[in-house]
Amino acid sequence: MKSLAELAAIKEKMQSKVVLREGSSDIRVVVGMATCGIAAGARPILNAFVEQVNKEGLSDKVMVTQTGCIGICQYEPVVEVFEAGKEKVTYVKMTEDKVKEIVEKHLKGGKVIEEYTISKV
Amino acid sequence: MKELSLNILDIAKNSVKAKATQVCVTLNETDDTFEMIISDNGCGMKQDFLKTVTDPFSTTRTTRKVGMGIPFLKLAAEQTGGSFGITSVHESESEEHGTETRAFFHKNSVDFTPLGDIISTVITLIQGSPDIRWIFRHSMPDKEVALDTDELRAVLGDDVPLDNIEVIMWIKGYLEEAYAQSE
Repeated sequence: MKSLAELAAIKEKMQSKVVLREGSSDIRVVVGMATCGIAAGARPILNAFVEQVNKEGLSDKVMVTQTGCIGICQYEPVVEVFEAGKEKVTYVKMTEDKVKEIVEKHLKGGKVIEEYTISKV
Repeated sequence: MKELSLNILDIAKNSVKAKATQVCVTLNETDDTFEMIISDNGCGMKQDFLKTVTDPFSTTRTTRKVGMGIPFLKLAAEQTGGSFGITSVHESESEEHGTETRAFFHKNSVDFTPLGDIISTVITLIQGSPDIRWIFRHSMPDKEVALDTDELRAVLGDDVPLDNIEVIMWIKGYLEEAYAQSE
């Protein structure tokens, strides 16, 4: 059974990192999670981003957050990527496979996957 | 919505928007019935607005003039022969403000939507609003699964937020084990 002791161990481990983390996320991934997004399948997309970012060791660099309706419901699930000094990238009609590719090529590799963005639909 | 757990996610997001600091998601399940109650201590709604919330053309959205969240849940409940109700006290009316949304379903109806991946809904809510106290309780005929984020916060202290990925994964594992027990 998962114990609270494990949680305490996570705390110990994190405390050394916390100071570093503060304000150090360079990239913000925002998933649209209003009724339109949820109905179109945004929940697994959000969770896939959280898991993939962790798996690729990007937790210190990338922050995954949720927002309401972005306003282009016909293209949901919609994900926006904000990076300081760069133009916002809007990925549309997201799937879990696209998430893996975006984490690997864009968030890790720095290369926008144009064919998944709103400008290509 | 393909799963009731998605309706729960959607409705609980209204509590987040209402600036609640505490949200209870309570699921009471018997062999034949399923009840969900989502209650919060958010800003509440004025009685005039409350009367209109089941109307799809009533919304707080700014991106468009329709809001489907509550109508979807009402339909999902009523199509099983169940019921839907919402009560609210606006912050201008009383110190004890907040909203309670309740939906009741008959599980044997062919139109009953399965609950689906409720664990994903719970972790999505905590990840999205780690500063809210989430109290989740799911009573089933043979067992109960419960989670109160205040208990986790008591262990983690103020330095480690609940949306920390390792904490989220712990919560996921904890709920998976709790659901798997005695099944």
